[in-house]
This record gives sequence, C-alpha cells and structure tokens, in this order.
Amino acid sequence: MEREPVPFWQDRKKRGLLFQAFGALLLLGLGWILVSNTASSLEKQGVAAGFGFLWEEAAFHITDTPLGYSPEDSFAHALAVGLVNTLLVAFIGNFFAILLGTLLGLALLSSHWMLATGARIFVDTLRNIPLLLQLFFWYALITETFPPVREAMEILPWVFFSQRGLVFPAPVSSPLYMAMGLATILGFVALGLLWYRHKKKREEFGEGRLPYFPLSLSLPFLPPLFLWAFGGFPINFHVPVLQGLNFQGGVSVSPEFFALLAGLTFYTSTFIAEIVRSGIQSVSKGQWEAARSLGLSSGGVLGLVIFPQALRVIIPPLTSQMLNLTKNSSLAVAIGYPDLVNVANTTSNQTGQAVECIAIIMAIYLSLSLLTSLLMNWYNHRTRLITK
Amino acid sequence: MNSFLSKVRKHFFQGPYHSLLTLVLGLLFLRLLWALLDWALVSAQWTGTASQCRETSGACWSFVREKVRFILLGYYPTDEHWRGVFTVVIFLTLFSVSQFKRFWSRRLFMAWVALPFVCFFLMWGGIPGLPRVEIERFSGLPLTLMLSLLGIAGAYPLGILLALGRRSEMPLVRLVSTAYIEFIRGIPLISILFMASLMFPLFLPEGMSVSKIVRAQVAIILFSGAYMAEVVRGGLQAIPRGQYEGALSLGLTYPQMMGLVILPQALKIVIPPTVNTFVSLFKDTSLVFIISLADLMFTTKLSFNDGNWLGFTVEGYVFIAALYFIFCYFLGRVGHGLEGEVSGKGRGGNL
Repeated sequence: MEREPVPFWQDRKKRGLLFQAFGALLLLGLGWILVSNTASSLEKQGVAAGFGFLWEEAAFHITDTPLGYSPEDSFAHALAVGLVNTLLVAFIGNFFAILLGTLLGLALLSSHWMLATGARIFVDTLRNIPLLLQLFFWYALITETFPPVREAMEILPWVFFSQRGLVFPAPVSSPLYMAMGLATILGFVALGLLWYRHKKKREEFGEGRLPYFPLSLSLPFLPPLFLWAFGGFPINFHVPVLQGLNFQGGVSVSPEFFALLAGLTFYTSTFIAEIVRSGIQSVSKGQWEAARSLGLSSGGVLGLVIFPQALRVIIPPLTSQMLNLTKNSSLAVAIGYPDLVNVANTTSNQTGQAVECIAIIMAIYLSLSLLTSLLMNWYNHRTRLITK
Repeated sequence: MNSFLSKVRKHFFQGPYHSLLTLVLGLLFLRLLWALLDWALVSAQWTGTASQCRETSGACWSFVREKVRFILLGYYPTDEHWRGVFTVVIFLTLFSVSQFKRFWSRRLFMAWVALPFVCFFLMWGGIPGLPRVEIERFSGLPLTLMLSLLGIAGAYPLGILLALGRRSEMPLVRLVSTAYIEFIRGIPLISILFMASLMFPLFLPEGMSVSKIVRAQVAIILFSGAYMAEVVRGGLQAIPRGQYEGALSLGLTYPQMMGLVILPQALKIVIPPTVNTFVSLFKDTSLVFIISLADLMFTTKLSFNDGNWLGFTVEGYVFIAALYFIFCYFLGRVGHGLEGEVSGKGRGGNL
C-alpha cells in the first residue's frame, strides 16, 4: 500500500526548516536595518567608523597606572593601562575574596555559636546590599573620615595613610635590584618544580620528603640575599616626603583603588562563603565519620578528607564568582578608578567612537570569560570522579 | 535553670579553645555593637540643624528626615506624590503578605503578575483623575521598583524562551540562543547599559527616539534574561526523559508538552535560584545610576549636593542600604523557605 504523502506543514522536519529559514531572514533583515541606520547616523555626525582613532593622541590624564603613561600617549596605550588596572584589581580582589570567603564559609559551619552567627550576619548583610552602594560607601569612608594629607597617619616607618590613599617607599631602579627580583622569581619557579617532582614521587612510592627539606624552602630568598650582600647591602629607596599639598616620591595607591578593592572583596567573599559552605556540606556524613574514626585531628579531617572532595563541588561556581568579580570591577567607572571601562568611556566621549569603544570592552571581557571557561573545562576534566 | 546553664556551656564554653574564642569574639562584638549603637542612636541627632549635627559625634538623622522626600520620590511632580507613595505601599503590602506561607495562593500569584502593570499605569496616568506624568519624571524608589518589577516581568519569559531555544532540535535556533546567552553572560551589565544609552540612538532611523528609561529597562531585561535562561535550563535538564516521552506519546504538540507537562515541573524545581536571580536584578538596577537615570541611588547622591547639608553622605548611604537590604533579604527569604521544602536532609556535618 502506498503511504499517503504528508503535506509539508504537517511534517515536523520540514516545518522546522521553514521556521528556521524564516527566522534567519528576519535576523538578517534586522541586522541590515541596524547596520544601515548606524552607518547613516554616524555619517551625519561626521564620525569615521573604524579603529584608526586608537593611534591618535589621548590627551587625558590617568592618575593610577603601574605602566608609564602620559597624556601625549595614544588611545591604544590608555586602553592598555585600563586593561592592566582591571586585571590588577581583579587578581588582587580574587585572591582576598577567596581567602576571606573560605574562612567565612568555614565559620558559617562552625559549632561555635557566636562565630557562626557573626559570619552569618556579615554574609547576609553584605550580599543583600548593591555592590555599587558599597563602593560609594567605602570611597566616602576613606575620603571623608580619614585624616587629610597634612596629618597623614604613619602606620609603619615611611608608610603613610590618608584621604589620598596609601604611600610607601619604592626601591630606586638599579641593575642589582633587578637581579635580586629576577633571582626571587627564579627561586620560586625552582621550588615549584622541586615540589612537583616530589609529589609525583610520593604518589609512586608513597613515601619521601621534599629533598633538602628546610633548606630548599629558602630557595627564593637566599640567592637574592647573597646578591644583596655581594653588592654591599645598598639601600636606595624613593621615600615619600610631604611637599605642599601632597606626597612626593614613593609609590602611592589611590583611595579609588582601595574602595574598589574593599567593595569587590567583601561583596564577592559573601557569595564564596555560601559556595564553600554548601560544598563542604555536600560531602556525605560517612566521610566525616570515617575520617574521625581513623583518628585524624579535626584539621586533618577537613584538610585531607573533606576539603579535597568538596573542591570538586566548589570549583565550578567559584570560577563563576571569580568572573563576576572581574566583570563587577567595571563599576570602577562610578568612583573614578581608571579601569578598562572607565578609560573606554572617556575615549568614547572624546572621540565619539561609541560603537568601537563598546566593542572593545565587550571583546576583552568576552575573551577573559572564554579563557576562564577553557581553564575550567580542563580542570573539570582532570578532577572528574573516576569510578571503577 | 540547670538546662539553661548546660546550654550556655555547650554553646559558649566547650573546652579551652572554645572558651577563649567566646571571650575574644564576645569582646569584639560588644565593642562593635556599642560603637554602632552609639553612632546610630545614643549620640545621634534626630531633629537638629546641620550645624548642631556637626557638633555631635553620632549620626545626623535629621539630614535623612530633611531629604527623605527627595530621596524616595525624586523629580516626580510634587502634586502627584501620592501616586508614588501609593505604588510603594501596594508593593510593600503584597511583599509582606507573601512572607507568610499560609497566604500563598493562585490569587496572590495573579496579583504579583498584575502588579508591575498596575504600578506602571498608576505612575504614568493619562486617564481622568490621573494626569499623565512623562516617563522621564519617574525617579527615586518608584523608579527602582518599576525597573525591577518590569525587569522581572520581561526577563522571566525571555529566559524561558531562551532556555527552550537552547535545548531546541532546530540547529539554527539552538545556535542563536546559545550564542546570545554566552555572549551576555560574558560581558558586564555596564557595557550593555552603555550600549543602550550611547549606541542605541544610532540604531534608530532619523527622527525617532526612545526614552532613556525605556532603553535602560530593555537593557536590564536583555541582560537578566540570559541568566534566567541558564536557571530554567537547569530545571529542564532535571526533568526525566520519561516525562517528555510520556507527553509526546499522549499526542501532545510541542507547546502543549512544554506548557502543560514539562515547564510546570521544571520551573518549580528552580524556584530558589530563580529568586536569587530576581534579587540580583533588583540590586543591578542601581547601575542605571551610571547612565544618569534618577533611581534611588542617584537621588541619594544628588541630596548630598545641598550646600546647607554637606558632609552627611554616610547617613544617606546607610539609609538606602537599609532599604535595599530589607527588600533583598526578605525576597531571598521567600526563596530559602522554598529551598527547605525542596532539598533533602541527612547530609553534611558540623566542624
């Protein structure tokens, strides 16, 4: 018997194809309208599309910069400064947020009532107040309640804290100091390699100590010290000195940076605390009982048995919190810290190249996110539970 | 009495470390609490003038009293202030009622669905008795509430559509949804708000313009929709295959299957993360400050500019922080209350 041909609108596959073709046309049409409207608006405003403007002189000031920058530099240079500032605050912020968040997460689970309640109040308060408001609050606290520059607190010798932030001495750049810095970095690398080999060995043989145990730990510190002694212990620092209305010399960290760092760290740590708490709680009760019955100390139970297992649950949401912190650092624009978004916004206001500037912001944040997801997938793959 | 003592002992003095921690933390907390009470209540000025305020070490609540009308209602026409107040009151009533589980019903749910639109038309007016107020004049707390409520009303359905799109069998739909979700989740909200305020006017043909508040509202919806989609997708993935197959074998069409069988179950599972997304959206509305919309944050910052009342920023921030906190905390509590019902017991342990 011949099957009756199905009319195409009742065939799911054909209907789907038709629907998609229609959707694609709609999207293309919408895209074309947007592009042509944008092109004609830009033409009216006399703005030339394209990224050529990046090589023109920026002509605006950026106060905080670890890279050298002056207003005669190009927009591209200014944006690079912004990017470095974003990465800097994201890196330091994530470090402290994870540290504080882990401690808070453990405190939330503590059997000590007062500690657990204190942590709970801290977490519940800060996570329910918008980050922007917290940034304004920290900024106001520093710039309004700290002493003015003339009465700056000297919290350590040559380290001053005031409304204008923190200033501390910086070493004068010299070949010896450079060599010492390089030796420290190389020392850490060597120590890391040693540690890695030792771990491999221990996994294989179940035994073993780090070779030359106490001495090997001093690898990053002893060689620079020798270098310093070889040079005759020179001490050459730019020391901050109060001159007129501000400090001259030394390195200064602005109140904007501190406010941003404090806000991001505290806000994100509350979310990390909940992640750590639920990660630890996800480890089944039997693991606790088994670890305790082996006679492990309470630190051993946590560090050797529970935490490694909890980590598998903790890492994925933790990564997304780290990305959130990085994305939230864009709020810097509200308190005037020159991060990527702030610099791009200034650039956009000066040149009228709004489309390009927003595209740059989006492209950079997107690549940061993609990079992180790649690392994350790699980690997940490595630590996946292998069941027999 | 004995049981009380043993309870105190169990909670505060269990072994030497425990006791030491109790003493240290106790002293620290008492010190903090005293400093806070002293600032907020004991040494505070409630009715004084600005100069009286400057002489005391405590908080200057008279600044907040002086400015509260502007902070809460901003530029909304003074004669029509009752409408803003009424909006907030309706919202607060519904919000408080929803805190109690015994009032939860279909009617309450419908009231929540209607709320954003009722509030909007109350504020916007345009009918006899309620003169039209241009959207540009919306400000303060009503604007924050409006951006949040309409934001949720828009982002929730958008999130569901995107989540369905991401799990669709049609490759193009899947591709577009996935690309959209990942793109939005990879960039900060500010860049989308900048796009709405700087770039969007370029998209429009000449002579056409859209109010900045509407543009920001759309930006918030487009942003939160992507996060909502991931929450809904989690729920869809948790529904066993049998439910899909069962629905299809009953001869249900795709919309029937999703609307009657899958979504009701999936959305229920993900209520706690859904509420968390709503809380984030509410907090995120404060970012419209950066594109100069007069939301709660903006009116507060403006109130600091009064020459007679300079230097009371901390009081202003604490006041609106309390407002934001109350909304977010109690909204989150509704979600957590549900979490207790959904999640299982018998896991975890104490340190």
